[in-house]
Amino acid sequence: MRIIPLSISVVVSFFLIILLNTNWILKAPLGQLLSPQHGVWQNAEPANINYSEELSFPNLKGHSEVYFDDRLVPHVFADSDEDAFFIQGYIHAKFRLWQMEFETLAAEGRLSEVMGDKNGTLDVLNKVDRYFRRLGMRYAAEKELTLLEADPGTKMMCDAYTAGVNAYIHSLNKSQLPLEFKLLGYEPEEWTNIKTALFIKYMAYDLSGAESDFEFTAARNALSQVDFELLNPIRPDSLDPIISKGTLFDKPGIQVKAPASADSLYFLYKKDTSSVPAEPQKPNKENGSNNWAVSGKKTRSGYPILCNDPHLGLNLPSLWYEIQLQTPNFNAYGVSFPSAPGVIIGFNDSCAFGVTNAGRDVRDYYQITFKDASHSSYMFNGAWKPTEFRYEHIKIKDKPEFIDTVAYTVFGPVLFDENYKGRANDGKCYAVRWKAHDPSNEMKMFQLLDKAKNYNDYLEAIKNLHTPGQNCVFAAKNGDIALWCQGEFPAKWKRQGDFVMPGTDSSYMWQGMIPQSENPHMINPDRGFVSSANQLPVDTSYPYYIGGSFPNYRGWTINKKLNKMADITPEDMMDMQTNNYNSFAEMARPVLINNIDGQVLSDDEKKYWDMLTTWNLNGDTAEKGITVFNVVWDSLKEVILGDELEQVKADYFPYESTLAEALIRNPALKFVDDINTPEKETLKDDILTALKQAVPVLKKAEAEGKLEWWKFKDTHVSHLTKLTGLSRLHLPIGGGTHMVNASKSDHGPSWRMVVSLTPKTEAYGVYPGGQNGNPGSKYYDTFIDYWAAGKYYPLWVMKKEEMADKRVKFKMVFSKG
Amino acid sequence: MKFIISILLTALLSFVACLYLPWWTIAIAAFVVAIFIPQPPLKSFLTGFAALFLLWGGLAIWIDSRNEHVLSHRIAAVLPFGGSTFIMILVTALVGALVAGFASLSASYFRKAN
Repeated sequence: MRIIPLSISVVVSFFLIILLNTNWILKAPLGQLLSPQHGVWQNAEPANINYSEELSFPNLKGHSEVYFDDRLVPHVFADSDEDAFFIQGYIHAKFRLWQMEFETLAAEGRLSEVMGDKNGTLDVLNKVDRYFRRLGMRYAAEKELTLLEADPGTKMMCDAYTAGVNAYIHSLNKSQLPLEFKLLGYEPEEWTNIKTALFIKYMAYDLSGAESDFEFTAARNALSQVDFELLNPIRPDSLDPIISKGTLFDKPGIQVKAPASADSLYFLYKKDTSSVPAEPQKPNKENGSNNWAVSGKKTRSGYPILCNDPHLGLNLPSLWYEIQLQTPNFNAYGVSFPSAPGVIIGFNDSCAFGVTNAGRDVRDYYQITFKDASHSSYMFNGAWKPTEFRYEHIKIKDKPEFIDTVAYTVFGPVLFDENYKGRANDGKCYAVRWKAHDPSNEMKMFQLLDKAKNYNDYLEAIKNLHTPGQNCVFAAKNGDIALWCQGEFPAKWKRQGDFVMPGTDSSYMWQGMIPQSENPHMINPDRGFVSSANQLPVDTSYPYYIGGSFPNYRGWTINKKLNKMADITPEDMMDMQTNNYNSFAEMARPVLINNIDGQVLSDDEKKYWDMLTTWNLNGDTAEKGITVFNVVWDSLKEVILGDELEQVKADYFPYESTLAEALIRNPALKFVDDINTPEKETLKDDILTALKQAVPVLKKAEAEGKLEWWKFKDTHVSHLTKLTGLSRLHLPIGGGTHMVNASKSDHGPSWRMVVSLTPKTEAYGVYPGGQNGNPGSKYYDTFIDYWAAGKYYPLWVMKKEEMADKRVKFKMVFSKG
Repeated sequence: MKFIISILLTALLSFVACLYLPWWTIAIAAFVVAIFIPQPPLKSFLTGFAALFLLWGGLAIWIDSRNEHVLSHRIAAVLPFGGSTFIMILVTALVGALVAGFASLSASYFRKAN
């Protein structure tokens, strides 16, 4: 009977189609993905692809032209600001749509929608989505958006940008979707202004969301005040602050005073035995940057040079997108954020601007006492105050949604409570007071900087920057250089915010914001340069408390070099940005060398010890001495402090410079002794122990051929999904923590820029990525090798008349239609 | 001759269908051609198989070479193809071929059953 073979054949056909069209059996729908006319093959762009086209949209006001050069950098010539931002939105979407979507979904706490509640080992629901919801990311974005849309200038920017992004999205059919949408199995949604606001808040999180309040609280609970102060000094000895020592500060506009109860309720050294929660994720504490500007007095050209290299996670597609925007009102070149309009770090025809992270602690926790398990009211100033609830509906791919109820108090959202513990077991409730929750309009700063003509314009622009605080550097063709440590910062009393604070009344709340004019700043200083590298902005004569941990050594190296330099050229500045000298090692290595007895070493120990002592203090690619130093020092830290810190019930470790400086001041530091042994160890014993512990690690590395610094460090640029096939691994680059070239394993200079403000601007830049976010494009990772080699591209500030230049490869025309 | 013509028609119809419709319409295309050009079951299966093996394999090779293997090297590491462009192209061709093969086979049995 033919019916049986027919049935079998039909069933097999259907089975195959279902197998290849869904994830029910196979991990990926291979039919959809491999169909040459639909799937990933469609993303395999021809190498000689021609991006030129003529487009028309009803939203456009006039006629604009975009010329792409051979690096696929668009030079946009628009006949109005509005059209320029529309076009920027369209181009950002054309080349980076998936990245924009993914980053803003993550910022909003909606990753479970596309990745499910678990992705591999990552608990997306609890570590990402619930965390960002409870941190109030969307709440913060909503507040930002209100202000952003109330200002006609920024509203125009965002409306036009959003329209441009959507114009591109609407033009796509399924087979043209970016690769990652196909791999993850979802489609882009409509872009809205709130997504731009969410992106800005994500950057605010990355740059101002870091604090160690819980860790410090746990340390306070376990240590005496003397020990705590030793391990967390307010100012490191070797500090060379952003604003030179000896600067006189204005009399403070706000007089802050610690509450009377602080000694009994706050400074509870070794008195409080409770545990503390641990945040499921933290911004990378290395998020920072270098910037500096040298005045014409010190340069060969007689004009200022401005430099900036922001240090952020190294990802593909890159955070940054190079662009030139020219309208009748401004002509700006630099890097932009896909997801937002404007040029963020760059220059125009009059001046250049850049930022480094201020790193101030603007995120504090308050312990909340709810009346009962319903959380419907909490104690505040002697009465039960009603809670406001926000119901967060978290959609989960292929599963029912999760509804998280978040309590909002006068301080802010309650991040940790019995329903969300972050590893603590006592179910105490902590509300988070984060400066990013206050309304502000950072977009205004970008709008105004892009067209700033002089110092006053720059100052008016940066006043709009409240969070994240940034050290904003400026240089103009007219010769001015300046730096402001700008942000809206809470005025704090000494050590306010270092620990969790009582939240049952208003006495521990922030007592005010530091007036903008009192933010530390430097304008045209005698020394001929301004600089910042995330070190503390000021010394202790500043009248407000600045808590937190700030890296010291890049700033120290930069200032030392700039002080000595004269006749400076852009090449000198590029050399400085890629400099691998390790100032921390310069300071700390003598501690090791002066305190060890050379004869007691085994052959292996002697071999590595010699590498350490003969090392030239540069973290260059092929150096082995730096690997040895780092492994030995890390080991020493553990040996000296591990025993005392065992009692601290959190992931706490003092800042890098603290131990080195404490040992330099006093080699007989009390921590040197191991409290778990009856003998009294000395520094000599500890160093020997550290070396012995380091040797197996170093031997293993050497056996694997990874003792050379670049191999040990293994710098790589990962795709946002971490898929290694889409990433660039094993990059031959030196540098790292404490070095101006801050290239660590997955974090580092995400953009390097040097701008000489000569009448015809001479600028150079490079970032570790490519202009096209499509892994199937040859423009995906074009710049990475150049970046790793420390090379720069000349940045072409194109003039419209140059459209026949051989550097122009493609032309897109945008007109009203 | 019939064999060659059905292969060509199956490939052509699949290609046109996929310009506007989802990928699995290759099964419908293969089925329809095999209904109008009846062949014994094995030949029918081989028609669908060969048509899509050549169409998808050919398109993939053409796209891949114009792309200078940029995408295939990367995706072949993401999907379980061991980083090999060759395997990725082969699997592509086989996926299309199997789906179309069984669709044509079904058509052949369908005609025989009636």
